[in-house]
Amino acid sequence: MKHLLSTENLSAADAIRILDTAEEMALVGEREVKKLPALRGRTVVNLFFEDSTRTRISFEAAAKRLSADVINFAAKGSSVSKGESLKDTAQTLEAMSADAVVIRHWASGAPARLAASDWIDAAVVNAGDGTHEHPTQALLDAFTLRRHWSQIAGRASLGEDLRGLRIAIVGDVLHSRVARSNLWLLTTLGAEVTLVAPPTLLPVGIADWPCRVSFDLDEVLATGPHAIMMLRVQGERMNAAFFPSAREYARTWGFDDDRLAALEVSAGKDTIIMHPGPMNRGLEISSAAADSPRSTVLAQVRNGVSVRMAVLYLLLSGDDSTQPTPAQEATV
Amino acid sequence: MTTTYLIKGATTAAGETGVDVLVADGRIAERGRSLSSAGAVVVDADGLVLLPGMVDIHTHLREPGREDAETVETGTRAAAMGGYTSVHAMANSMPVADTAGVVEQVYALGRRAGWVDVRPVGAVTVGLAGERLAELGAMAQSRAGVRVFSDDGICVSDPVLMRRALEYVKAFDGVVAQHAQEPRLTEGAQMNEGAVSAVLGLAGWPAVAEESIIARDVLLAQHVGSRLHVCHVSTAGSVEIIRWAKQRGVNVTAEVTPHHLLLTDELVRSWNPVYKVNPPLRTNEDVTALREALADGTIDVVGTDHAPHPSEHKECEWAQAAMGMTGLETALSVVQHAMIETGLMDWARFAEATSILPAQIGRVQTQGRPLAAGEMANLTLVDPAARWTVDPHKMATKGRNSPFAGLELPGAVVATFFAGHPTVLEGRLNTPHPDAQGD
Repeated sequence: MKHLLSTENLSAADAIRILDTAEEMALVGEREVKKLPALRGRTVVNLFFEDSTRTRISFEAAAKRLSADVINFAAKGSSVSKGESLKDTAQTLEAMSADAVVIRHWASGAPARLAASDWIDAAVVNAGDGTHEHPTQALLDAFTLRRHWSQIAGRASLGEDLRGLRIAIVGDVLHSRVARSNLWLLTTLGAEVTLVAPPTLLPVGIADWPCRVSFDLDEVLATGPHAIMMLRVQGERMNAAFFPSAREYARTWGFDDDRLAALEVSAGKDTIIMHPGPMNRGLEISSAAADSPRSTVLAQVRNGVSVRMAVLYLLLSGDDSTQPTPAQEATV
Repeated sequence: MTTTYLIKGATTAAGETGVDVLVADGRIAERGRSLSSAGAVVVDADGLVLLPGMVDIHTHLREPGREDAETVETGTRAAAMGGYTSVHAMANSMPVADTAGVVEQVYALGRRAGWVDVRPVGAVTVGLAGERLAELGAMAQSRAGVRVFSDDGICVSDPVLMRRALEYVKAFDGVVAQHAQEPRLTEGAQMNEGAVSAVLGLAGWPAVAEESIIARDVLLAQHVGSRLHVCHVSTAGSVEIIRWAKQRGVNVTAEVTPHHLLLTDELVRSWNPVYKVNPPLRTNEDVTALREALADGTIDVVGTDHAPHPSEHKECEWAQAAMGMTGLETALSVVQHAMIETGLMDWARFAEATSILPAQIGRVQTQGRPLAAGEMANLTLVDPAARWTVDPHKMATKGRNSPFAGLELPGAVVATFFAGHPTVLEGRLNTPHPDAQGD
């Protein structure tokens, strides 16, 4: 792996290697000194063309725990907002010898464009591009799912995939990079995915996707999926006639208190509720659901750092599986 | 005293071999066999196909206003290299070609360049704004003699305005060339809406946005008894609607671009904006339907929609990139590859689709004429056996945005005669027509 641009083309073996490496990284996070020397002297640039404090600080924490030097380049308020092109920005970073560029961009495909160009040699990590993909979010979701269900099954999660798990992804699939990345990754890892959304928020051309599609959240909940992944509803969708009103959306596709209560009596005893954040409490998820023991929202945030450490480590330390693992290296 | 040329041993579009054509004083002086003429420059055409000079119904020359992208000079050089003897220059320049003054300027620039016959297209609405009719009559009566009117790049979406335009141009035998794109259905659109856009997360341009406008326009054209031309048809559904309209006797003609005959939206997966174009690249089924429609005449003509852009407008994110591809210097080869080598059509139909019919649609009297004595010598000599690899950096156009870069294609233009003068000879750019009023 030279870049991480999408999960669509990520093999199961590569995905499991990232998840397994993340397990080792998670151990570092539990130590008193949360730092490895693995990327000492390497430079990681967080190039953000779109505001996302959460993702940015997660990547920043990940890079710093690996001892990399971190440069945060927020395109707002920088030369980019003065009209500098992606090409010039990339070449500037190249001239500054960036080893990895973590890019968040409002335009679908911008990270792939950067990686395919001859503007820069650095490893490119997609930190969310338009409505295309958000691969590290999907990886941290898969990591969270794997940990949770391995624990319940009383197995170690290392080396495991997600076969046997049934996952519902609920909400604005059309505009969601999280939904796309999760669909590809979770199915690659053997899980069964059902997308639940109002028909207006599903893309045309979905027929080929490896999933089931439902317009009825209650029907899907009644089947007791292992996890419900709620997607954020963007404010601007409300004014574009994708659905009649926020109240109708919340009633029909929101994870509200009634649905939380229904899980207790349905097949979904151990069902977890996931959300990539930031949440619209009261719209796609009720406060009770978000704060319930079923919610993995904070675990997802914590796991995000481990997964991003794993990605940066694997991309920058070369793709050689015979190398010592970071934990072994750290003990040297 | 102009040079005379003797084209020897050519094969005609109809397949007749060993044909000699003597070109003198701008015209075909003689057509026959074993002609000889003392003092004539002999052009050996053994194994070559002699076609009526190609006429592009849809070219963007960018001048005035975007001379960084293309000028009339560079665009018409590219046209000559591609085998064209006439191009229709679209109206979306800056300022827009919506007055007699601007179309006469473009016309004069074409005359001065001397590479091809430049026929300016007039805008349908003032500033392409879709609000009120431009002075269509003044453009028709100007020295440019405009007959084709189009807001190309933007759809005349207001049905009443479209109706009025269709009616009004009847006064001077004009035609409205519609860019069929329902604007509300395509807000923010980045590519064809379908399986690929779903995966890539790019806002889609649904086929229905094109088809609904075409359906409306053919009905309008029938209602008011006008002539309609549909630009760059790109979907199988559009083909069906046009076929239906023609069966009902609607006076509609349609064009397809070379790129829509060959490329599909699968290419967008590369995220390379060289594949970004309007209308967008569609699916395999659409390509198949377009090829069949061009072969059977449902789609009348090939129009390049040659749309050069400076490289900075393509060296960027997909969403930021400009729409459009160059096409003048690859059209012949792409059509030969997609249509002739597949057995779907012959050179006679090629001549019809690239010369005879576009000249008729544009009411260009001296183009697309038979290969006969007395006719203006607008001719294209093609080596169908040649093969070449597309290199945008070797092209005459300023635009480097060819989606065919690196592709090996058949067919090469050996010579282009524009009004009796070889603008291209031995496959290389020669000189402009001596009557060009150069500076």
